[in-house]
Amino acid sequence: MNTVVSPPASEKVVPATVTGVGSSTVTAKLSNYIDERTSISAVVKEFGRKIFPDHWSFLLGEIALYSFVVILLSGSFLTFFFQASMAEVVYDGSYAPLKGVAMSVAMDSTLNISFDIRGGLLIRQIHHWAALLFVASIGLHMLRVFFTGAFRKPRELNWFIGFVMFVLAMAEGFTGYSLPDDLLSGNGLAIINGMIKGLPLVGTWISFLLFGGDFPGEQIVGRLYTLHILLLPAILVAMLALHLVFVVVHKHTQFPGAGRTQGNVVGYPILPVYAAKAGGFFFIVFGVIVTMASFFTINPIWNYGPYDPSPVSAGTQPDWYIGFADGALRLIPPGLETYWLDRTWSWNIIIPVVGLVVFLAAVAFYPFFEAWVTGDKREHHILDRPRNTPTRTAIGAAGLTFYGGLWIAASSDIIATHFKMTMEGVIHALQFTVVVGPFIAFWITKRVCLALQKKDREIALHGFETGRIVRLPGGEYIEVHQPLDAYEMWELVSYEAYEPAMLRPNPSGKITVGARARSAVSRFFFEDRILPVSKGELEAAHHDH
Amino acid sequence: MAKDDNGGQLAAADASHHGDVPTGSAVVLKDAFENPGFPTHRERVTDVDPAKARSAQRAVYTLFYLSIVGSIWAIAAYMLFPMESENLGDVRLNNMFIGIGSALALLGIGIGAVHWGKALMADKEGIDLRHPTRGTDETRATAVEVFQLADEESGFSRRTLVRNGLIGALVAFPLPAIVLFRGLAPQDQDPVKNLSHSMWKKGVRLTLDPSGTPVKASDVTLGSAFHIIPEGLADLPHGKMLDEKARASVLLMRLDPSELKVSADRKDWAYDGIVAYSKICTHVGCPVALYEQHTHHLLCPCHQSQFDVTEECKVIFGPAARPLPQLPITVDDEGYLIARSDFTEPVGPSFWERNV
Repeated sequence: MNTVVSPPASEKVVPATVTGVGSSTVTAKLSNYIDERTSISAVVKEFGRKIFPDHWSFLLGEIALYSFVVILLSGSFLTFFFQASMAEVVYDGSYAPLKGVAMSVAMDSTLNISFDIRGGLLIRQIHHWAALLFVASIGLHMLRVFFTGAFRKPRELNWFIGFVMFVLAMAEGFTGYSLPDDLLSGNGLAIINGMIKGLPLVGTWISFLLFGGDFPGEQIVGRLYTLHILLLPAILVAMLALHLVFVVVHKHTQFPGAGRTQGNVVGYPILPVYAAKAGGFFFIVFGVIVTMASFFTINPIWNYGPYDPSPVSAGTQPDWYIGFADGALRLIPPGLETYWLDRTWSWNIIIPVVGLVVFLAAVAFYPFFEAWVTGDKREHHILDRPRNTPTRTAIGAAGLTFYGGLWIAASSDIIATHFKMTMEGVIHALQFTVVVGPFIAFWITKRVCLALQKKDREIALHGFETGRIVRLPGGEYIEVHQPLDAYEMWELVSYEAYEPAMLRPNPSGKITVGARARSAVSRFFFEDRILPVSKGELEAAHHDH
Repeated sequence: MAKDDNGGQLAAADASHHGDVPTGSAVVLKDAFENPGFPTHRERVTDVDPAKARSAQRAVYTLFYLSIVGSIWAIAAYMLFPMESENLGDVRLNNMFIGIGSALALLGIGIGAVHWGKALMADKEGIDLRHPTRGTDETRATAVEVFQLADEESGFSRRTLVRNGLIGALVAFPLPAIVLFRGLAPQDQDPVKNLSHSMWKKGVRLTLDPSGTPVKASDVTLGSAFHIIPEGLADLPHGKMLDEKARASVLLMRLDPSELKVSADRKDWAYDGIVAYSKICTHVGCPVALYEQHTHHLLCPCHQSQFDVTEECKVIFGPAARPLPQLPITVDDEGYLIARSDFTEPVGPSFWERNV
């Protein structure tokens, strides 16, 4: 494949004058100066008219990217004022209720950013709101990619890179959340400390090294700061660059539609339309974050006070993205700890930690698993409508139910007090949701998908119901159906279905365990399936009338 | 397979993707529908009506000028809304007005640019062709050749001793760096020993948190509860104080002695119905700060573990596995409450070496 296909208009849009050294306008001279030193014209030629397909759901990843840029900008501002030290000072800033209170320099400088630097509170709130939006948009972006099958070949590795960024984003969130050294975040660190200590073999020492001795110690804020502003962002930026390089290499996926094939990308060119729309969207995301920061308080540490291991307020909750981990801790039944081989096995820690790791691993490796099940080695650039892959969609719904149950559990006490229910009742209901809920969600979602596919099939074969009742000469009443035009038809029938893989002996005549497993999983995936309508079927349906 | 009728060129590009690649268990329909090609282009209202185009243009530049107004407003708000008065209302105004100006500046640019792109820029969809992600056979052959050549010229596979030596060295060289991280925590301390003891010992008075005032048994009325720290803790330097407090915080409650179920080895751990329990949750170490007086239950606000004070703080609900450790107490000659000893077990969350 050596044929380089240029975007149709690229040759025409390059004015001949730019190529000449003697061109006279300032723009031409400047372009010439830069190009002679950078070959930038090749980049413009290659990417200037690159096509991006349009769909609202493709904006979710853009929101993640843009909120990350907002985080970098606002975070850089905050570093000029924040001091990551746990040394003791007595507060003497503008916030009267805390005057004379002993606290760490970290807390003191955070209060100063909020109350003594004009616009400081705004930037702090922009940073925090953007962080919440960052993790949320990554999550939604991942759901979009999952439910439309955008992770299929050749994008499995990019899914994995995105997953790593999701985890890094949560780590960034948690390390940042802990920096002000206030009561709420200090309790969060206490919980992390307790979780780490409960891990077999290494827990005690990891906690000891992380906190630089006893908990809370005087080290942790400085260490988290280094992670938060140096190490984690550096890895995140590298991953982000890689992620975007792959988006360019693969070209963006597109939803099925007339004229769109596995071999093309249909949409608008970067210059000028996408530059305007995507560039403008950055400012919209930024503007919405600033609006939120202007009107809605986030993390009012001055209400919590400095960290102290003794007090705590009721109704404590982590930032939303840590909720699933906190909820997992809450749902463990009492008494799960054993002494064996002279050691303490804290099952009330080990079970949730292992559970979350397994869940996250399942998310990270799902694309490779599905590729193994289908055995399909082709590249896939046309997205699936979720209904057309019932089992995958049902697995996603099951995962969401599991995650959602854990996430809600992080607010179990608040739910109990607000809705006047017993604490025990809420916990038991959520335990049920997390353990049994995914199976129910799987079954319901799969059935709904199949029903929607049947409905699509019905419409493809018999057309839309018009509601117009006609009496035939023989006295028979029929409802007139409006047949689909070719474009509408294409949207309903242009999907791929799979069937269970046949269990066949390999060339040496053996049926391997792997083949047996694959056949079983394949049957689970594709036993219930609705095939797209073919031309013959449509023909037959017409003859029925 | 998805076919198209946009000229044979697209069909060819499509076929090159799916030509001889295994399709797995995909169902290939023999008489599938064919891609009908692009639907006819529908013009936007701004394409057909010059008046609409002009009004869209007006909207776009108005938004850009509004953005400039927003930026100027944000700068003005910085000066017009000072917050040095120590009045919280001023902080709110400063935050809000700088924010409104900045938001207007950003949204003006954003909405203006998007509107420009959607309503005025040429509404012509383009098509890019995709190429298989894998390199061409020729490229791949060249890559293999490069590696083979490099292997031959270096002798990487041939000179096994050299190669294995290098691999070994590369594995070994990061190890010193890992060892260096031992320095994250003090060399002369043992975490297990630290976790096993608190500031409490025989004769240490129970004092109020955070003032450090000693508590007399007669001050503790029936049904009351006090947050307690050991005498002397409040005088420690801040960092050291927090470390000790994280292990030594205690809740003191007085119940009717007849309500307390006391096990044989704890007969003298309470004083006239006054009992002291570690406040650090045995689950993951939050302070168990909520005492429900009429049920004598303690609730941890972090993960809702509940402990029954009448039954030596055994766990009655929630994820905690162990009762809260009890601090044995009595009174001294002056009637002040004192500890009889340290806790008899490590307080707070479980850890691997807890029972050693």
